[in-house]
Amino acid sequence: MVHMTPTPVLDPSDDKTMVLNMGPQHPSTHGVLRLLLEIDGETIVRIMPDIGYLHTGIEKTCEAKFYQQVVPLTDRIDYLCPMTNNLAYCLAVEKLLGLEIPPKAQWIRVMLNELTRINSHLVWLGTHAMDIGAMTVFLYCFREREDVLRLFEAVSGQRMMTSYFRIGGLALEPPLGFFDRVKNFNDRFPPNIDEYESLLTSNPIWTGRTKGIACLSGEDAIALCATGPTLRASGVDVDLRRDKPYSGYEKFQFNVPVSHDGDVFARYVVRVQELRESQKIVKQALEGIPEGSVKADAPHVVLPDREKMKTQMEALIYHFKIVTEGFTVPEGEVYMPIESPRGEMGYYVVSDGTAKPYRVHMRSPSFANLQALRKMCEGRLIADVVAAIGSIDIVLGDCDR
Amino acid sequence: MALQPAITDIEQLKDRPELARLLAWNTGAVTGAKFDRNELTIWVDRTSLREACLTLKNDPQLQYNALADITCVDWYPKDPRFEVVYQLFSIPNKTYLRLKVRISGEDASLDSLVPIWPGANFFEREVFDLFGVRFDEHPNLKRIMMPEDWEGHPLRKDYPVEGYR
Repeated sequence: MVHMTPTPVLDPSDDKTMVLNMGPQHPSTHGVLRLLLEIDGETIVRIMPDIGYLHTGIEKTCEAKFYQQVVPLTDRIDYLCPMTNNLAYCLAVEKLLGLEIPPKAQWIRVMLNELTRINSHLVWLGTHAMDIGAMTVFLYCFREREDVLRLFEAVSGQRMMTSYFRIGGLALEPPLGFFDRVKNFNDRFPPNIDEYESLLTSNPIWTGRTKGIACLSGEDAIALCATGPTLRASGVDVDLRRDKPYSGYEKFQFNVPVSHDGDVFARYVVRVQELRESQKIVKQALEGIPEGSVKADAPHVVLPDREKMKTQMEALIYHFKIVTEGFTVPEGEVYMPIESPRGEMGYYVVSDGTAKPYRVHMRSPSFANLQALRKMCEGRLIADVVAAIGSIDIVLGDCDR
Repeated sequence: MALQPAITDIEQLKDRPELARLLAWNTGAVTGAKFDRNELTIWVDRTSLREACLTLKNDPQLQYNALADITCVDWYPKDPRFEVVYQLFSIPNKTYLRLKVRISGEDASLDSLVPIWPGANFFEREVFDLFGVRFDEHPNLKRIMMPEDWEGHPLRKDYPVEGYR
């Protein structure tokens, strides 16, 4: 704990202002975000985020692991969208290897990614509404989120740290009856979204707390490196699922919700519409699941099926070699950006030709988007800071890594 | 999707619009280029990084108006030791471009991009914190992940994974 004492300080610029410390233990900073607020009465003069409380050195740890051992670490970066992180890492390594993924695996990856987006947006909506004072929405959102987590548990054995994707495909075939369960959830989900909206969209308290608050113009959002719904709510139409399709997203039809107001309400509208679009993508994915294997035909990379290992000598040898020595990846580097629920999640992986990555860097959306907070809040009231933090949708695990 | 060998010859790549634009602007600033796995990388000279970014940003065709990421790779014990990696994104064209700057370990510093993209602030602080690369003219170059009194830069290759015990 020796290292905990010196923390950044903010000196008040004149006699009229004072410095208020908010967090890191504060219910509405969504984790361990610490904010230093210089205030003049109730008005924010300056705001300084202090992060790093959740820094676990994942990038350094990756350099000491085999390529396949990094997958469980990626879950722990953004714990609200584990599948998105798994996918970004797996796609980056697959691109380094030049590996082709069977269509069925791609299809299931897309479906699970959209369920992850639903899960993440439900947590965001519930906590964001609770921060601003609408308690009921939280309970409704977590009711549906529980259903999504049960689906994750069915497919991967884990509710949150799924680690279900593997380099070269999926860990296992989904269990029998899994797609029926997804269909069951997906069919009854749209009325639930209407229910959330009926509690918020035309609620005068909600609109009063969100409309015209914490505005961010499109130019500022680009200059501050904001991505995802935060950028799209400021009128910039970018969605990597449509613009840089990965994992077969080009085969799906969906709209990209954009709003031009740039305030907290606009970010709320964009995300709620994204819930509806994700539901549509899951529906399309369920209707056209291709036949075939969920693992690529690359025995030196993909672990063999358990059954084959017991009957075939070669499969046993490959299994032993992958587990004990890992697999080598040709030299090179790759930057793989994908659209996470929060924005651009990019994995930059450098290989030096050995079985361990030379460098893994995660470009995390929360880290970049947090910089917009200053622009949103300065000159506004303290109560608006809480609304602004919620509307950026940060996850501190993603921010600090 | 079999792998093609990387193209590292500037002569073969000079038809790529990004490289052609930079060569037309200042031939001496470009120190290398690579096209590998469908991604274009251009090495620029350390002193001309900021102008190179401005050239790409203000070009009416290319319009690399967004900065996606800044990071660094430590090639210890090779020299030049560090490679600072910039990912640029063109929102109108939806294309990515990677710029790289090689810098030596003794005097690890280069120009900050905060005057062009204020969002470079956190990324550069992270590279400073974890690699010890300094960015000139950065408004607040302090540690961001590690505590302020931490010794050493953890992502350097000569820093042990378990830390100093």
